[in-house]
Amino acid sequence: MTAVPAVAYTPQSYKSEVKPVWCPGCGDYSVLSAVTKALAKLELPPEQVAVVSGIGCSSRIPAYTNCYGFHGVHGRALAAATGLKVARPDLTVIAAGGDGDGYSIGGNHFLHACRRNVDMTYIVMDNRVYGMTKGQPSPTTEPDWDSKLSPHGTGLREFHPLVIALASGANFIARAFAGDPNGCADLIVQAIRTPGFSFVEVLSPCVTFRPEQREWKTMAHPAAVAPTDDPARAARRLMTDDGFNIGILYAGNRAPYRSAQAARVSPAELEKEFAL
Amino acid sequence: MNTATSNKGDNATSVSLALAGSGGAGVMTAGNMLLEAAALAGYFGLMTRTSGPQIRGGEAAAMLRIATYAVDGPDDRFDALIAVDWLNITRFSAEIPLDADSLLIGDPAQGAAPEALLESGAQSVSVEFKTLAKSIKSGWPNMVALGLLAGFAGLPQDAVEAAIAKSMKKGGDALAASIAAMHLGLSAAQKLPRRMPLAPPQGACSGRWLVTGNQAAGYGAIRGGVRFVAAYPITPATELLEWMAPALTRVGGTLVQAEDELASINMILGASYGGVPSLTATSGPGLSLMIEALGLGVTAEIPLVVVDVMRTGPSTGIATKTEQGDVNIALYGLHGDAPHIVVAPNSIGDCVRATQWAVTLAESLQTPAIVLSDQSFGQARAVIDQPADLAFTSRRKLAEPNAKDYKRYLLTDSGVSPMAVPGMAGIAYTADGLEHNERGTPSSQASDHLAQLDKRRRKLASIDYGDYWADVEGEGELAVITFGSCTGPVREAFARAKDDGLHARLISLRLLSPVQPERLASALAGVRRALIVEQNHSAQFLRYLRAEYDIAAQMTSFHRPGPLPFRPDEIHRRLIDWSRS
Ligand SMILES: Cc1ncc(C[n+]2csc(CCOP(=O)(O)OP(=O)(O)O)c2C)c(N)n1
Ligand code: SF4
Repeated sequence: MTAVPAVAYTPQSYKSEVKPVWCPGCGDYSVLSAVTKALAKLELPPEQVAVVSGIGCSSRIPAYTNCYGFHGVHGRALAAATGLKVARPDLTVIAAGGDGDGYSIGGNHFLHACRRNVDMTYIVMDNRVYGMTKGQPSPTTEPDWDSKLSPHGTGLREFHPLVIALASGANFIARAFAGDPNGCADLIVQAIRTPGFSFVEVLSPCVTFRPEQREWKTMAHPAAVAPTDDPARAARRLMTDDGFNIGILYAGNRAPYRSAQAARVSPAELEKEFAL
Repeated sequence: MNTATSNKGDNATSVSLALAGSGGAGVMTAGNMLLEAAALAGYFGLMTRTSGPQIRGGEAAAMLRIATYAVDGPDDRFDALIAVDWLNITRFSAEIPLDADSLLIGDPAQGAAPEALLESGAQSVSVEFKTLAKSIKSGWPNMVALGLLAGFAGLPQDAVEAAIAKSMKKGGDALAASIAAMHLGLSAAQKLPRRMPLAPPQGACSGRWLVTGNQAAGYGAIRGGVRFVAAYPITPATELLEWMAPALTRVGGTLVQAEDELASINMILGASYGGVPSLTATSGPGLSLMIEALGLGVTAEIPLVVVDVMRTGPSTGIATKTEQGDVNIALYGLHGDAPHIVVAPNSIGDCVRATQWAVTLAESLQTPAIVLSDQSFGQARAVIDQPADLAFTSRRKLAEPNAKDYKRYLLTDSGVSPMAVPGMAGIAYTADGLEHNERGTPSSQASDHLAQLDKRRRKLASIDYGDYWADVEGEGELAVITFGSCTGPVREAFARAKDDGLHARLISLRLLSPVQPERLASALAGVRRALIVEQNHSAQFLRYLRAEYDIAAQMTSFHRPGPLPFRPDEIHRRLIDWSRS
């Protein structure tokens, strides 16, 4: 359906004029840049792409693109994206947001989006904190991280999104780092190209509430091994890596969720069932 | 309307029958066959069901009313109750009122009738269903009971046979055995101390439907254009979804079973944002979970429909029983100032039209609509005249691709702004629950907030809702104002009150929001006193009328909670007392 573009798409083709509200140095700028690079590489017309999010600093991303955007309520990005993609299978659907949005308030949708395997890409900008509400622990925050709301830390074990995604049935699992927008763009390209539910967890520093995350640039490193389609191997890898292993960590080949088929009858035909 | 006053001798115009038994006794199967037989014979009818708390296999009862005229609710009492066995049957005594004119028919093999039922004064009759059924190879007691009830009401034998054949499509020996058992019931009926043969039917079954309120609402939704549904199962809305799942597939739509109601409402927001008219159905607990996202629908101006099949609340309440307790949450549950549409169907047939209307209103006004149905519609099966197609045709106003200087939330006179949908080039925008300016860019400016609040309110006032906003009937200085499933029993009470010389107006409000003060004022012109009838414990509808309308008439409330249905006599007596007070 998509015609050959008259002018080649550049990352700029996907940027809107809306000025981000993000703090200078926030990792989310690089994720925005990676998304626009990926879309340019895929040569997708902006109007054929929808970016769907919840609430949080990271969830502001749709309006900063030139694509169709949906900035919904906190935690429900995946639900809205699911409805959109199932109803409009012709679109490329990207859901995006933060770790609080996706793993806490939206945690149930995360499990079921992985299971359902609708053909879309989910990008989580994980900064291990609630940025927008000014620095509370999220499910991925270290147990001893001190904050006003949880003095001396939560004492809770971190949520492990990639393992949970694998166990729940996500078809593509990658970890990216915002500090490398080109590498991140490549992973997003692969995620979009892979049919089914693709999950890209991006380590995206919050320089304001987690300034120590600036050090991530010294910690992130490419995954030493090639992607696997064996869930057992992937599980072992994900359970034992250092959390900074960047790359595609699992790529399966489950058939995606089926969308609507063409109409076979007119609505009036349905009445026959009631008629005496 | 015809009434049941001449309900004597060979000319009954309305007969009420109940069939009870423990799980596996097949009372629902027999009940459905009886209703279908009545329908095929040219009668109208209504069947509701009730059961004990067991998920499966507990006691259950099918409650039927068969009449020569269309019936929108139960009658005051039952003419006969057949118990295939007595297991826990007394739990139904409030739902199946009997009196000295009723027959209480049981099998002596199951022991004596419970004292609690005999206290009603009903005449106890013994019929040996089990022995009769056993006399036929593979014969079942429920088929004997079916024949007995059909004989009691004077239904023609061929109609009953046709109804059995329709539901036992495999035919063969099983069908033959069922028909033979039914015949034994028919002849046993001749020996009953009393029978109530119905007067000849008025008209024939062609042009009529046999449908539940849930199916009717589902069909109305599809007729209105809905092609995407996401939902989470909940009694009593589940059957609406179960009907829609295959029906949608046939018309090119789809249904997603969501992980919860938070997901269902957000899924339909996503689908509708994508340009596909969308709906979810739920009951009170689910509606509570959807409220935040309904506000998003209002602010981002995304059309959608929620059918709330009300049940007895609050909380889990009585899941299988009816009540009109969600008026407040439907009208006022959203935070902020969030104008939206609330429509209440007032009969099973009206579930088709009201839901279809809600879809077209939501689509053309780009806002959420809530349809307030209830369990007494949703789970009841009725023989009705095919509802007229009111041809609600208004659709979503779409933007033009590549429109110059496109503004999604443009401040138009009507308040409705052309909507871009993904795929349209050159006009992409971000739908947002954040307050925004005309372009959709988030804004915390007081002027933008006020302008968008005004716009969202203005658009609801921008159209003529037409005569369908309410049913207004009758004349006089007295009026009853009601809505939803109270309407049928009120109408029937009115018909009876006419014989007492009472003439009054009936106003059954269908469009609860946006409010129609001028229309209601003219419907009430000259009315001195109004009785407000509703089924909940705190008179939510009366409070709404007081708050939203300037009603000169003196208002009196007649309200009580579920789970028992309103019966015409209850309203009739109240109407007479009130009119004379
Ligand atoms: C229902 C609801 N509860 C709470 C909030 C407040 N809130 C807004 S964003 C947020 C957390 C955001 O954290 P995260 O998703 O990690 O995104 P970040 O801001 O770090 O990018 C919370 C709790 C809300 N908007 N809605
Ligand atoms: S608070 Fe943190 S996450 Fe939010 S914009 Fe600032 S740096 Fe980014």
